[in-house]
Amino acid sequence: MVGVSTLVATVLGIPVGVLLQLTAPGGLRPRPWPHKLLGFVVDLGRAMPFLILLVVLTSITRTVIGVSIGPTAAIVPLSVGAVPFVARLVQNVLSEVHVAAVEAAVTTGASTLRIVRSVLLGESLPALINAIGVTAIALLGYSAMAGVLGGGGLGDLAVRLGYQRFDDRVLWSTVAVLAVVATVIQFVFNRAARGVDRRRHASV
Amino acid sequence: MITVENLTKSFVGASGPVNALNGVDLNVQAGTVLGVVGPSGAGKSTLARCVALLERPDSGAIRVDGTDLVSLGGTALRAARRQIGVVPQGDSLLRQRTAAGNVALPLEAAGVAGPQRRTRVAELLDLVGLTDKADSYPDQLSGGQRQRIAVARALAASPSVLLADEPTSALDPETTGSVLTVLDRARAELGVTVLVVTHDMGVVRRICDDIAVLEQGRVVEHGKVLDLVADAGSRTAASLLPAVDQNPAADSAHDRVADVVLVGFAAVGALLPEAASRFGVELNLLGGGLTRLAETPVARFRVGLRGDRADSALEWISDAGAAVQRTPKGPQGVAA
Repeated sequence: MVGVSTLVATVLGIPVGVLLQLTAPGGLRPRPWPHKLLGFVVDLGRAMPFLILLVVLTSITRTVIGVSIGPTAAIVPLSVGAVPFVARLVQNVLSEVHVAAVEAAVTTGASTLRIVRSVLLGESLPALINAIGVTAIALLGYSAMAGVLGGGGLGDLAVRLGYQRFDDRVLWSTVAVLAVVATVIQFVFNRAARGVDRRRHASV
Repeated sequence: MITVENLTKSFVGASGPVNALNGVDLNVQAGTVLGVVGPSGAGKSTLARCVALLERPDSGAIRVDGTDLVSLGGTALRAARRQIGVVPQGDSLLRQRTAAGNVALPLEAAGVAGPQRRTRVAELLDLVGLTDKADSYPDQLSGGQRQRIAVARALAASPSVLLADEPTSALDPETTGSVLTVLDRARAELGVTVLVVTHDMGVVRRICDDIAVLEQGRVVEHGKVLDLVADAGSRTAASLLPAVDQNPAADSAHDRVADVVLVGFAAVGALLPEAASRFGVELNLLGGGLTRLAETPVARFRVGLRGDRADSALEWISDAGAAVQRTPKGPQGVAA
């Protein structure tokens, strides 16, 4: 549930984030109005409480997945909720790429698409991987909420068997398992980000 | 060959518009090195950014081999950019790519296929003397090595013009030498026309054939370095030639005192002694010294002459090709 929605959110969120950065003032293709419009839509998506999104998207989920309840169905609202989140993270990461490196690529006559790929995304790969890790853990939290509405999974377990049946042992064990999962996700993404990082860092 | 014609550019500043460039004209012959110098705020960076086609000038033309590049847009502009290799100011390498990967970037942009790309990258790494650093990442290289990789990258797509914006500003004297050597090799071995924007007269001294002095957005001096140094009143001479200390006591002990600028091997070695013996005058060096502009020795000496034929001796020196400027002397000169 978390894995697939993270993947979907990444695949959809990166292009939106790239578009946000390209059209931003000082970007490679500054377009003030489309930028503001896109930014507004993205922020609207982020402002929307996830619980509301879950309910609102029920009918769409049924069309896409076939069912509106269960772990597979939860993928749709989870992904949709995370796309704007990923988009903003990606834009922030891309805006940190050194301007001299971007201009150097411009002077080589490279196309915008190539600059996006080789320079913007290439240079920020470690930060992008970290951003996806942050997204995955945020989705882990959201997925617990989805559990309440029949999404299944660990959150579902914690609420139904733990909270509602007053079984503190189940409740806290589930939370502990979630904590371990979050830690493992963070560790894996940290490792991956460091693995692709070619820059020198202060090691104190 | 690159020419810049009547280039103007202004920016909106805090207190109204700022004219960064006020009609700049430049002309760099194929296979020569032009140094654009000037104090900070003279418009050097704006000029460099306009020539790099990163900034669109308000008016004027930038012609590479005759074609004006200013008015281009879209695909034509991208193609035009390949004619001008740029070494941008500051660190501009991709830190996530190896040295070889950075040099390959313009070739990827130009759509050069893999095997040819690798051959070309190897050639360029060899040109800048960093073959052994091909697989190193920028953070593993020194500042001078990074800058040489930036030069190799700028040359990768075989541009006819190489533009370097302050290529040595962050480097110590020794590494500056290695970067300048690479620029000089580019001109000598690839026949590239080089335009160096710099605040460092040492760059002009070492590699430039021509110089353009920029002040307040205007070119106030433009010509061959060796011609301009012989012109005593030029800014180029003032900043490139050895300084002459004022010594009124020594001046007044001679009949004639003059500043003599000598260019070239023969002149520096033999002219003054021969003048002395030919006209039977006593000729003393009062100050100045010898320097070297690229491969050419250049001297500026303050000489004092004693003897009846001192004026004739100075005229003979002047006729032999040296630039002679007499300084006022005698009781009046000392008093003033």
